[in-house]
Amino acid sequence: MLSKTLSSKLKKTALALSAGLFLTPTISHADAVNTTGLAVTDDTVTVGILHSVTGTMAISETGSVQAEKLAIEQINAMGGVLGRKIEYIQEDGASDWPTFAEKSKKLLVNDKVAAVFGCWTSASRKAALPVFEQYNGMLYYPTFYEGLEQSPNVIYTGQEATQQILEGLDWAAQTKGAKKYYLLGSDYIWPRTSNKIARKHIENVLKQKVVGEEYYPLGHTQFNSVINKIKLKKPDVVFISVVGGSNVAFYKQLKAAGIDMTKEKPLFLTISVTEDEILGIGGENIEGIYASMKYFQSLPNENNKKFVEAFKAKWGKDIVIGDVTQAAYLGPWLWKAAVEKAGSFDVDKVREASPGIELTTAPEGYVKIHKNHHLWSKTRIGLAQPDGQYKVVYESDELIEPDPFPEGYQ
Amino acid sequence: MFAEYTASELTSIFAMQGFAGLILFSVFVLMALGLAIIFGQMGVINMAHGEFMILGAYITYLTSNVFSEYAQPLFGGYFFVAMLLAFIATFALGALVEWAMIRHLYKRPLDTLLATWGLSLILQQLYRTVFGPREVGVTLPDWLMGSYPLSDMIEIPINGIFVMCITLVISVGVYLWMYRSRWGGQVRAVVQNREMAGAVGINTEKVDRITFALGCGIAGVAGSAFTMVGSTGPTSGQLYIVDTFLVVVFGGASSLLGTIASAFTISQAQSTMEFFLSGSMAKVLTLLVVVGILMLRPQGLFALKIRH
Repeated sequence: MLSKTLSSKLKKTALALSAGLFLTPTISHADAVNTTGLAVTDDTVTVGILHSVTGTMAISETGSVQAEKLAIEQINAMGGVLGRKIEYIQEDGASDWPTFAEKSKKLLVNDKVAAVFGCWTSASRKAALPVFEQYNGMLYYPTFYEGLEQSPNVIYTGQEATQQILEGLDWAAQTKGAKKYYLLGSDYIWPRTSNKIARKHIENVLKQKVVGEEYYPLGHTQFNSVINKIKLKKPDVVFISVVGGSNVAFYKQLKAAGIDMTKEKPLFLTISVTEDEILGIGGENIEGIYASMKYFQSLPNENNKKFVEAFKAKWGKDIVIGDVTQAAYLGPWLWKAAVEKAGSFDVDKVREASPGIELTTAPEGYVKIHKNHHLWSKTRIGLAQPDGQYKVVYESDELIEPDPFPEGYQ
Repeated sequence: MFAEYTASELTSIFAMQGFAGLILFSVFVLMALGLAIIFGQMGVINMAHGEFMILGAYITYLTSNVFSEYAQPLFGGYFFVAMLLAFIATFALGALVEWAMIRHLYKRPLDTLLATWGLSLILQQLYRTVFGPREVGVTLPDWLMGSYPLSDMIEIPINGIFVMCITLVISVGVYLWMYRSRWGGQVRAVVQNREMAGAVGINTEKVDRITFALGCGIAGVAGSAFTMVGSTGPTSGQLYIVDTFLVVVFGGASSLLGTIASAFTISQAQSTMEFFLSGSMAKVLTLLVVVGILMLRPQGLFALKIRH
């Protein structure tokens, strides 16, 4: 109630002001750019940030919140969106999937936010998705994920599985001559789908062999048995999608078991360990593994240098930036570009304007929204250094087309 | 399934697999001992056990930072200091919690479940506020990482041996304390009959407080040791709590020997099955077997005969 009266008061003052001062015509009145009653006034627009800042997922989602806030701050410093400063309402998903749905509804129905930047796990996105579709909201989702989804109400700013996986496997086969692969993951939808795609690619396209495929429950902390199995099967590549606290246990035990990861016998290729995770694992325990992702903090381009500098200035010099954090940073910028192209905050118009939106200032270089709502992006291979950073050793020549429903891989 | 391997490869794998089982066994015993004392001896269902362990891990993290900052030459030995500090901190917190919360609930054991669960949430959020939501990396002294090569194939992880030694020392210590000291006798007397123990002059309040605090202290040492094999974050304690209760309940709650026997059974079963099946299936089968046995023998593997 309070905010409503406040905003209508603001509206009146703004109207009076513009009538009196003849504001520049580029700033259009709220009603014109907002026909669906979103929280837009003549000088502000409200968006939502929805991540877990409590519960087990807070470990991962904190970086995304920081990135989104930084992006919003920078956009405001440049004058905002359609002349309006972005204000945000932050809600806590509390690592609990139904809470994500509930908070999404709150943001869309009560707060009437123009867009939501949020969700992290696939489970939270799946829980919130029906709410976004029912109330026609717009969600910018940052995490690399398994694909097999394409909603008109979501822009996926992370990579879908084929973008991340195929390039990494091709690289291992071509430059490292890998012939035998061992697939290892945590036991839930993302690793299982990813490994399904990896297996099809290894067997049908690369014509090589998968010598083992194995899953451990989320949160598993004892990996000695699987380490023994890896020693016995002698694969050339161990392809890893272990997540969360299990990562720390796995790499520490791998090192303790006398496997020197820098010798690349076998070569460890992960799709789940970003700089964020290395913070918990310890750089000295993971030196020598490779990661296949679209972004590393050490990317040498100018955009990224500025981004890293700004991020550290805002959140502290010791902070690290992982793949998902960068993808979360893209969200507000892509939304801004789409709103400005549409000349409106209306969700339908923003959606229509989104395909083809380019971002030349992205820290990862250049991205473009595909008509399937995923991003064209490059994939890079990073080699883990003892200081906890990755050194980029390979980059795909072209932007890789997102293909959330890959034929022949399902 | 073994046709493709040579005999020497198989021997080494079985040796290493046996050793992996032993490490798992030590880890189980170490995490369950504290709970066996609190749950087994006092009947308090301590859902915050994992958070006490993580407090120990955070103390280790802080100690390692202090040492690398101010006493770099002594860094190799910081782990022993860290374990001692972890014990002291968790012991103190345990005593505080017992005084503030647990002692009001001895007559309502089921309510301890809710109260300590609440405590675990409070502690998690506290860690998150103080140390941040991200996991912290505990730097280990070099001599603890790496392995000792026994042959070409067989490598013995040094931190595994270290965990085993700690487990052995603490188990023996707890055994002497519980069964060979006057104090232990008093604890057992209070467990068996609180009123009667009070009537013969045992200070039951003090016994309760120190017993609970000791259980927490051991959890702290376990947490400290587990920084070598696992993660340290606000919610890492949750990774251990299910296995811990499993071991204690399966062993027969009131028997320390039962706890050790059950840790051995579960760890060997799990590590053997993990080798032949996938990790998730091994876990499912282990749980199924445990549930089956508990249905036939609800009191667990070992049970004291007590007249109630």
